[in-house]
Amino acid sequence: MNALKKYMGLVWVILGPLSIHYLLQTASSEIVKKPGIDTQIQWGVFIGVFYPIAIGFILFGLYALEGNYDHLPEASEELDDYDAKPL
Amino acid sequence: MDNNNETKGIWKVIGASSLGTLIEWYDFYIFGSLAVVIANQFFPKTNPTAALLSTLATFAAGFIVRPFGALVFGRLGDLVGRKYTFLLTLILMGGSTFAIGCIPNYDHIGFLAPILVLILRLIQGLALGGEYGGAATYVAEHSPAHRRGYFTSWIQTTATLGLFISLGVILLTRHMLDADAAKSIAKFNDWGWRIPFLISIILVIVSIYIRLKMKESPLYSKLKSEGKTSVNPLKESFGHKANLKMVLLALFGATMGQGVVWYTGQFYAQSFIENVCKVEFDQSRTVIIWAILFATPFFVVFASLSDKIGRKWIMIVGMLLAVLSYNYLFTNLYDTVDVKNKTEIVEKKEVKTTVTLIASTTDSIRKVVTKTFYTDGMSQVQTKTDTAYSTPGKTTKKPIVATSKTISSSDYWKMVGIVFILILYVTMVYGPIAAFLVELFPTKIRYTSMSLPYHIGNGVFGGLTPFIATLLTTIYVDNKIVGLMYPIIIGTICMIIGAIYINNKIDPEVNR
Repeated sequence: MNALKKYMGLVWVILGPLSIHYLLQTASSEIVKKPGIDTQIQWGVFIGVFYPIAIGFILFGLYALEGNYDHLPEASEELDDYDAKPL
Repeated sequence: MDNNNETKGIWKVIGASSLGTLIEWYDFYIFGSLAVVIANQFFPKTNPTAALLSTLATFAAGFIVRPFGALVFGRLGDLVGRKYTFLLTLILMGGSTFAIGCIPNYDHIGFLAPILVLILRLIQGLALGGEYGGAATYVAEHSPAHRRGYFTSWIQTTATLGLFISLGVILLTRHMLDADAAKSIAKFNDWGWRIPFLISIILVIVSIYIRLKMKESPLYSKLKSEGKTSVNPLKESFGHKANLKMVLLALFGATMGQGVVWYTGQFYAQSFIENVCKVEFDQSRTVIIWAILFATPFFVVFASLSDKIGRKWIMIVGMLLAVLSYNYLFTNLYDTVDVKNKTEIVEKKEVKTTVTLIASTTDSIRKVVTKTFYTDGMSQVQTKTDTAYSTPGKTTKKPIVATSKTISSSDYWKMVGIVFILILYVTMVYGPIAAFLVELFPTKIRYTSMSLPYHIGNGVFGGLTPFIATLLTTIYVDNKIVGLMYPIIIGTICMIIGAIYINNKIDPEVNR
């Protein structure tokens, strides 16, 4: 299972930039197709919101690749442990 | 404390928390449910679609700021306590909702009107961002470990019940302003829409009074007395890898899928029934109301079950069923009232044409109203409006066509059944999620840590579902159910991540 978690991490790392690319491509083609402030606002909002989420998704994939999800906390003591390990 | 007192105490906690949260959801949803009416009141009437999109954008703005509310109030809740923080969010929500009901419309104060609406909507979003995490944490921290799912499930019912009450209040108000139904609707569209916003203030005052009497969460009080509360909850939540990885997992493995299932099953279903199936206003809403009524107890059922078998698989199965059956269920909704599947009673067809001369021109507005009846009891009213030009050969290129169907009793209950199944999925993914999120994070940064993934998942991914789904139907115009692509893709990714990465065996005594 841990191997699968790591391999899938690679999928998430690739999916992040792909989703950003798809978003930007669709936004530009829609803005060209239907020029106007409404279209620009709509797609501007989507890009502004989903771009950082996609970055978070890449980070999630990286954490999975590094094996950070091999073991999840199962007890109180483990949850408190994070104090000792800043980023 | 004996068992009896403990049980009494927890029900007081649940009552006070749930009532306030219910009111906040009600406040939040009346805006969404009245999107078209508000568009006419506050946005320039250049064209109805632009006005509607502007409102939906405002609606979306209410969702997008929710994560910021989660950060602001989550931090406050971890610093000063749960009780005062979610009291503050309630005051902000109630105040802004009441104020929306008081704003003069665009015709009276011009562009100040939509700007004020936008600002108040943003405050609503911020307040909601802080409310849910506080209420869920507060109830969970009072609950015995082995029934945390069950007790927090009452908080989980409030979002759906808030929608239920908002739809009910709107329907009642719409019909009680005049003995004549048409006049009553006209009055509602003119000024009556303000009533659902204004009455919210009474509910908020009652809820504030109840909440003021509540005590701080025992776990938080204990931390505070020991001087162990967080000094910088934001840094501790998102600046430490061990906690940040759990925030990301909560978002991509649970709340993102939960959000799209929630909004597809309720908001998008209603929008689909009204705008794609063309079912008339009242029926499209009462279908949702009945389905919510029948499905709501299942929030408690699935959350209780999660106390016994774990949270993970109930949520994953809910997402799986949703992504597998959405196409089938929505196609069924469409086919149920599609005129192609009906037999017309030709002799009952009524066609009425009215022509009104346009002032200071020789052209006229022509309105053709066609009423068609079908053997199963359904009727359809189609209103086609165009300009009849006096210049020979000149015609309107694209007449405006509005369709409204009054469906038969059997079709109506079939639709209720389909929406019930959609909401059943909602209860599976949403019922156990409060307990799941609470157990994922330590007490001292719980409010901050659980609020952010919840509001990005539910608010951003979920809240934008009707907006993105509608947008997809304008890009791929030939496919009636193309809007479902968005929840299906997001739900599938979340389900895979949840199934692989989430642990079903989290210590029930986590951080007690």
